[in-house]
Amino acid sequence: MMKAASTKPVILAVSSGGGHWVQMRRLAPAFDGAEVHYATTDASAGDVIDPTRLHIYPDANKDTPLRLAACTLRIAWIVFTLRPQVVVSTGAAGGFLAIRLARLIGARTMFIDSIANARKLSISAQLSLGVADRVLSQWPSVAELTDAEYRGAVI
Amino acid sequence: MIFATVGTQLPFDRLLQGLDTWAERNAGIPILAQSGATSAQLRHVETVSQMGQADFQDRFEKARLIVGHAGMGTILCAAELGKPLILMPRRADYGEHRNDHQQDTAQEMSRLSNVTVVLDVQSLHRALDEAVASDFKVEPSEACAEAEELGLLIEAIRDFVWFEDRKKVSHRHLSRRKLA
Repeated sequence: MMKAASTKPVILAVSSGGGHWVQMRRLAPAFDGAEVHYATTDASAGDVIDPTRLHIYPDANKDTPLRLAACTLRIAWIVFTLRPQVVVSTGAAGGFLAIRLARLIGARTMFIDSIANARKLSISAQLSLGVADRVLSQWPSVAELTDAEYRGAVI
Repeated sequence: MIFATVGTQLPFDRLLQGLDTWAERNAGIPILAQSGATSAQLRHVETVSQMGQADFQDRFEKARLIVGHAGMGTILCAAELGKPLILMPRRADYGEHRNDHQQDTAQEMSRLSNVTVVLDVQSLHRALDEAVASDFKVEPSEACAEAEELGLLIEAIRDFVWFEDRKKVSHRHLSRRKLA
């Protein structure tokens, strides 16, 4: 059942730097009218985003366990202090972590796998399948083979 | 001006050195490379290891040709600005990435009319020569079809943000039980 959100939702948009970030920026019109906060790994995002709505976390992946721990702590801090109603991520590892933690505060969560994953889901997307309300692939052929949905693409 | 970018994570010296040898023969065409993590000493290409987003955007806009690894940031920026783009995908077996997804990305993105995919230094040089010979022309792209995909995705996210649709949650519990 669908019902319209009664107040202006707080959204946390989480993405690593580089291509993940460029994809998130292309999807930003979807957040029009909401209070949107961005969490990303590249502090120079402050060039284009209001610094009071920008949260920086350390970049990490499964091959950098120490940084991954630091990343988890920082993202936990961001999620638990901001308490967003909605978390949307375009990857990668930090996005999965944010979604996992956001479930603990009852936020609705969506993981959009990078369009770079044209043949199979990323590990972060696969992990999100058991956790997020929605996991989207940007490739119909990938969605067909997995539990992810295809709902369009950034290009 | 040619702008080259290889992202910031792992080195991609095969592309940078390939550019350097081409630049040696084409001294009249300046190349600036955002070179990321590299130990390569380039003599004919100007390099900056990392750039802020405003700077990056500015260089991208001013360039007549973009050369890059097959990263989606590069591909999306070039598509938005209608820039011709030469892509060289990173290879995991050369230690250029953790996996070979850039090979897949490059193959899929080669359908875009502004994109030329090169797999080695020889074909990089050939593509650069051709770009110069055609004065960096780009064929018009199928922008309409692309915009439709983007519109769909934005709509799907907007619905998710504004409507408290949690129908997938029960499905989630179901699949979790199946896993257990």
